[in-house]
Amino acid sequence: MKKDLLGIGDLTRDEIYRVLDTAVAMREIGERPIKKVPTLRGKTVVNLFYEASTRTRTSFEIAEKRLSADTLNIAVSTSSVQKGETLADTAMNLEAMSPDMIVLRHASSGACHLLSRICKSRIINAGDGMHEHPTQALLDAFTIRQHKKTIEGLKVAIVGDLLHSRVLRSNVLLLTKLGAEVWVSGPPTLVPRGIQQLGVKVSTSVEAAIADADVIMMLRIQQERMQGAYFPSLREYFQLFGMTRERVRLARPDVIIMHPGPMNRGVEIASDVADGPHSVILEQVANGVAVRMAVLYLLAGGVEDEAAA
Amino acid sequence: MPIVMDGDRIARTLTRIAHEILERSKGLDDLALVGIQRRGVPLARRIAGIIKKIHETDGPPAGHAGTGDLLIGELDITLYRDDFQRHRASAQPMVGRTDIPFSIDDKRILLVDDVLYTGRTIRAALDALIEFGRPNSIHLAVLVDRGHRELPIKADYVGKNLPTSRSQSIQVRLVETDGRDEVEIQG
Repeated sequence: MKKDLLGIGDLTRDEIYRVLDTAVAMREIGERPIKKVPTLRGKTVVNLFYEASTRTRTSFEIAEKRLSADTLNIAVSTSSVQKGETLADTAMNLEAMSPDMIVLRHASSGACHLLSRICKSRIINAGDGMHEHPTQALLDAFTIRQHKKTIEGLKVAIVGDLLHSRVLRSNVLLLTKLGAEVWVSGPPTLVPRGIQQLGVKVSTSVEAAIADADVIMMLRIQQERMQGAYFPSLREYFQLFGMTRERVRLARPDVIIMHPGPMNRGVEIASDVADGPHSVILEQVANGVAVRMAVLYLLAGGVEDEAAA
Repeated sequence: MPIVMDGDRIARTLTRIAHEILERSKGLDDLALVGIQRRGVPLARRIAGIIKKIHETDGPPAGHAGTGDLLIGELDITLYRDDFQRHRASAQPMVGRTDIPFSIDDKRILLVDDVLYTGRTIRAALDALIEFGRPNSIHLAVLVDRGHRELPIKADYVGKNLPTSRSQSIQVRLVETDGRDEVEIQG
């Protein structure tokens, strides 16, 4: 693996499988009476979150603690960012205290790449703008693999706000790399131009996208990122694209329904589907810890290559 | 390169170890075998199989009941290694499966591994095991002891003592993991 995890785009097929296989072993640690191993003792990990997050931040923090790393969380609302400090300055100041890894969530696409260029610490992308959210795609793949054994040849439908979704981009890159047939669907105003070039099938009919699907992944309508009117009303959106029990019947009987959270119940997904028998939404959250432990472990090791001889 | 143990020799050695375990452990009630990944796991299974067979032919030891079935666990020590920082970042060792499907509290644990060398693997295994509970005792059985200890660790049951130099390497192959049984010295 490279120094940093900036996006799925940087990972080879083998590296993806390595993360997923390592995560299987990490999951077992969460089932022990003492849920902790000494592997990252003495390592310092900074969780630098410029955007609101419950799941991802908590999940990273639990993963770091289970590997015995020293962790610290910087909530931007109480930091010098409020006094006008730039991301690069914040990063260089943190870097001066020599942490081993920085987990960054930022509203701008490419923020992690900037940090990667100026920091010696390993950078893990915990979501950058509308670009990528690699650990989410890895935990989704882990969850799919748990239920379907393999990813190759599956039909995966991703439905919702495609335009603003970094989860979409990371998932499309990962799933197509591992040989899944990926369909995406959403209102035409929320379909990014040129998305076909990523090797996905696009349909504005949600019914066509989810027909005989093995996996349905719902994406949140990201109102905080919407500057205009992309569709008439949330009510109409639900009518046309919301995942209801009736629509789920179009997919395979053993379909699994996923959502990266946070959910808007009654907007992209009906409550009885979110809580229903096909839903694996809470398993995704549980698997997130194991997958992030795997990423931390695989990135944290050892000496730099040039010094290793 | 010389094969120092063949399949037949390994089988007889494991049978001898099984007899020694039975002789010294006086009853099997609270005995559990834990194999260290990878090759300690099949060795632990084989020793447990031999003990069960002896138990069926000879009957339980005087004053003890039981079926002769032993508890078996698998332990991976990768996350407890002390050389974590010495690997290249790109070559992290793969983490194997840990599966101890019973409580180790108050059990007599017999750790099983293929080769005893510096003792660092066993140190890691002891640390890992202790986090699962408080066993009554922990003993160690190995197929080969090649010397060169760097820690004060000693095996209770040894299949074969093999004097080696540090530049040599010992390769244990087992049917379950490598398709055939043999121990080879290389270098």
